[in-house]
Amino acid sequence: MSLTDPAPQDPAQREIAAQAIDVHKTYGKDAAEVRALDGVSLDLYAGEFTAIMGPSGSGKSTLMHCLAALDKPTTGEVVVGGRKLGRLRDRRLTELRRDKIGFVFQAFNLVPTLTAQENILLPLSLARKKPDPGWFDQVIDTVGLRPRLDHKPSELSGGQQQRVACARALASKPDIVFADEPTGNLDSTSAAQVLGFLRHSVDDLGQTIVMVSHDPVAASYCDRVIFLADGRVVDELAKPSREQILAHMADLQSRAMGLAPIGEDA
Amino acid sequence: MLRLTLRNLAAHKVRLLMSTLAIVLGVAFLAGVLTFSHGLDRTFSGIISGSTPDAQVRPANSASAAEAAARPGAGSEAMLEPEAIERLRTLPEIARADGVVQGTGLYVLDTEDKLVSSSGAPTLAFNHTGSRNLLGEPMLELEEGSWPKTEKELVLDGATAERAGYRVGDSVTLIAPQGETRRKVTLTGTAAFNGGGTAGAQLLVFSTAGAQNLFTEGKDVYAAVSLTAAPGVSQKELVEAANTVVPDGFEAVTGDKVVAESEDAIGDFLDVISVFLIVFAVIAVIVGAFIIVNTFSILIAQRSRQLALLRALGASRRQVTASVLFEALVMSLIAATIGVLAGWGLAHGLAAAFRQAGLEIASDVLVLTPRTIWISYAVGVLVTLAAALLPSRRAAKVPPVAAMREDTQPPARSTALRTSAGLVLLAAGLGLAAMPRIGIPEISLPGGFEVPTSPALWVGVGAGVSILSVAWISAFLGRPVLAALRTLSELAFGMTGKLAGQNAMRDPRRTGATASALMIGLALVSLIGVLAASMNASVSDVVEEEFKPDLIVQSPTYTPFPASIGDEMEKVEGVATVSRAQVAQAVLGKVDLQNPKKNEPAFLFGVDEHMSRIYDLDALEGSDDVKPGQVLVTEETAKEHKWQLGDRIDLTFRSGRQLQPQISGIIAETQVTGDITVRIEDLVEAKVPREDASLSILLARGADPAVVHERLDKLVADRPVVAVQDKEEFAESIKGQVNQLLYMIYGLLALAIVIAVIGIVNTLGLSVIERTREIGLLRAIGLSRGQLRRMITLESVTIAVLGAVLGLALGVLFGVLLRDALRDDLTSLWVPLDQLAAFLAVAVAVGVLAALVPAIRAGRQDVLKAIATE
Repeated sequence: MSLTDPAPQDPAQREIAAQAIDVHKTYGKDAAEVRALDGVSLDLYAGEFTAIMGPSGSGKSTLMHCLAALDKPTTGEVVVGGRKLGRLRDRRLTELRRDKIGFVFQAFNLVPTLTAQENILLPLSLARKKPDPGWFDQVIDTVGLRPRLDHKPSELSGGQQQRVACARALASKPDIVFADEPTGNLDSTSAAQVLGFLRHSVDDLGQTIVMVSHDPVAASYCDRVIFLADGRVVDELAKPSREQILAHMADLQSRAMGLAPIGEDA
Repeated sequence: MLRLTLRNLAAHKVRLLMSTLAIVLGVAFLAGVLTFSHGLDRTFSGIISGSTPDAQVRPANSASAAEAAARPGAGSEAMLEPEAIERLRTLPEIARADGVVQGTGLYVLDTEDKLVSSSGAPTLAFNHTGSRNLLGEPMLELEEGSWPKTEKELVLDGATAERAGYRVGDSVTLIAPQGETRRKVTLTGTAAFNGGGTAGAQLLVFSTAGAQNLFTEGKDVYAAVSLTAAPGVSQKELVEAANTVVPDGFEAVTGDKVVAESEDAIGDFLDVISVFLIVFAVIAVIVGAFIIVNTFSILIAQRSRQLALLRALGASRRQVTASVLFEALVMSLIAATIGVLAGWGLAHGLAAAFRQAGLEIASDVLVLTPRTIWISYAVGVLVTLAAALLPSRRAAKVPPVAAMREDTQPPARSTALRTSAGLVLLAAGLGLAAMPRIGIPEISLPGGFEVPTSPALWVGVGAGVSILSVAWISAFLGRPVLAALRTLSELAFGMTGKLAGQNAMRDPRRTGATASALMIGLALVSLIGVLAASMNASVSDVVEEEFKPDLIVQSPTYTPFPASIGDEMEKVEGVATVSRAQVAQAVLGKVDLQNPKKNEPAFLFGVDEHMSRIYDLDALEGSDDVKPGQVLVTEETAKEHKWQLGDRIDLTFRSGRQLQPQISGIIAETQVTGDITVRIEDLVEAKVPREDASLSILLARGADPAVVHERLDKLVADRPVVAVQDKEEFAESIKGQVNQLLYMIYGLLALAIVIAVIGIVNTLGLSVIERTREIGLLRAIGLSRGQLRRMITLESVTIAVLGAVLGLALGVLFGVLLRDALRDDLTSLWVPLDQLAAFLAVAVAVGVLAALVPAIRAGRQDVLKAIATE
């Protein structure tokens, strides 16, 4: 069923979709200073479904915001689609988000006054671009929302809303899609649908997706899982199972609490 | 609960500031108007009591006692000899008796030889005697220099001297009514009435000899006598004593009576100004109330989660309502305090504006009286509480469980009932306004009330009801307009435009209420615009139809001018005919000396033999010609007095003379003459001094109008009191007055529009806060800052245009109906499309302006807020 070979290639030959180079992010000053990111360097590969995991306060959301051009690192460099974000002004950043990046958030993902279809096409309409009809059909069919395109968000279930949001993120064929806890507000059935759809879009549509989550089930859909703790990348797993992830998470938790590791050491 | 309320106020400072501003402006306007009216009142009553003696001896058969008091000496022909004053002085009750010499028709020229403009307040020219007022103080106070001693000396009031550019010692040029028309006198000082200012009147104070030289042809006679009582003598005793020696044809009256008469005469004028201004204050307060209702509704919608938490923690419904109302109370008290202070400032501003127009109002009488403060606070607090009542009750209905829910939007309320009730009210309003067309029923209501028959009143009440009911159901009526505007902005601006249009429609009630504030202002503005345009069109029509002479000569201030001007004009080459017209006053019927108020003063229009040849009067009965001993009356006047053709009517003049002219014709209503037209010869016979109100000039055959116009202009160049006008100039001069009033009303209504702008800013600002996350989301998926600003601006423009469309539609509708009701006076209808287009443009500008701050604030918002879950 897959159009591309899902097997991990040699890292040296894989195309890099986004990159963080020694990214630091601090909030506050002096005594009140909080280091959200403390020197993160990371490559995200095209055509992969990557999860960023970590306990609360590990800096995973901040990292995603920096990678997605929503926030600026205090020091360090972020590269998306071969472009360094540090020098870009607001207008270029907006265009970058509109044309090269897709977003799926945990909640409040859709504009309530627009129909599902209008929401999906919103980034394109804002750029005054015409959608590619073939691509649009493909996305809609993958999401399975064709009969509901004329509905307003308030007439859709949470899972349906989130699938609309996914379709919107893909509509402009972005270089990379960022999803921030996309299943955080959903029941397990809906969550499975959304995750299945994301997986499909990587496998069948060749998309690149980066997802922030603390749900091991969600992460188990991914090709690669990166673990963050105290603002640093501490570990990563390729094609992990749910159990592997759980064990890793527990390990991180205990290390953070100063206990002896219980899982296998990576 | 109390602490929480205060915390809430502190937490939403900016939001509340804006809605507070609406109350502040409304209260400020009200307090300002009240303070100003009070100051105006005080100024006049100060002058009146400061310039009235203990008692006065005056001609007994004054055509109207009040009129005589308001315009001292205007044409009082009977004179007192010095011996009469001497006799008064011998009475033990009288401490002093000062002969008064006074007159009218004097003008001051400034240093550039131009007429010193006055606001229509009288020019008072009289002699200085040092007489005392009711309080035993001198009536006049010298401000600078010294009193006039010789015939060639003069004292002016300070404002006039300043406006004319004269300083003490300068030579002042006067235009006099008779004799040496231009005379030079020396300014020896400036003076004011004891009791504050002059209220715009120009004071020209002469020595007794100087005044007699001007007004009595140098004869030693007096128009009246000011009496000062001896110590311990009451006004009544003084008058009784004086009346024993007062010659026939004169009477002594108490100072109190003179004051009462003067205040009566001037009170009407002051009431008109006060009511006029208060109407605008009320409009401002109503518009402000809309904004307060809206702000509270939005604030409560946004806080419904917090309110639900309170309810979940055990607060009762009443406590929630009370906390919201208490918030409104604190807010209104702060706003009213600022408003009252701002109103005091506004009153000074108004006084300065009136001072510019020539009406001097002393600033020390512009004080905040307890009454003004009390009314302002009451209005501010009550309007705010009333406006907050509905939202506060809605707040109490938030169920406790809402605290646990994600989505805290209050459930959509059914508007069907409100819409149908509003439509019924609107229909009733339109029905009322249409009554004059359908026919006003003549029913007498129980309790002896009559149904009012004034068509304008019906239209006015109908307009008021309709405008308020449209405001009430603007959510319903605005929907098609909003949908059209959304389509329009989507066509013009793509997705940004569509989002803006959708946002404006998101809460139609909120949008409607916000737009309503602007609607009220624009409805009134366009209604007035239609009336003014119709009035100008009617003026053009009337002038076109009735302006028959080639040139007309009259005073820009409608003051009479000497007959010698007409005499000179007759001699000008190219002038064929000069027709004179004079206005005089007389009492209809016999004078009732016991009840001076029963005497009915009427204006007579005196004409000469040329009049009927120049003008076409429409004679319904008899002739359109009037000969000495005859009178023409209009149909309306004849009906009112039940006069028939051939009747003789009684006219009693101020001189005491009586005439009984015979009605030679009943004419249709006209602008050419007045209600009662007699021959000037009869006026002369009745001892009315000759002067002209207007001259109608026919040119000789073949004369070049421009050349003759120029010759006549040259002739009156040194008499700035009169102007020569052809048909166009005449029409323009009338339209100029209409437009002046129009601009003044526009200026006052601008305040309502300013308040409406604040309303839009408020609603937008609150909407932006409410949609923080949505805006963040839009920004995250690629809405640029510029697009965001455009989106908010378009939403604002949509609201403003909705208000404008509803307002203009109502304004034009009721303007047309009101014109129809007033079609006797406003003969033509004119809808000023250019002005209406300009109002629409103003509305768009208002929208852009109102969006400025909210758009910039929204643009600065952090994109991350979209994803930062609460």
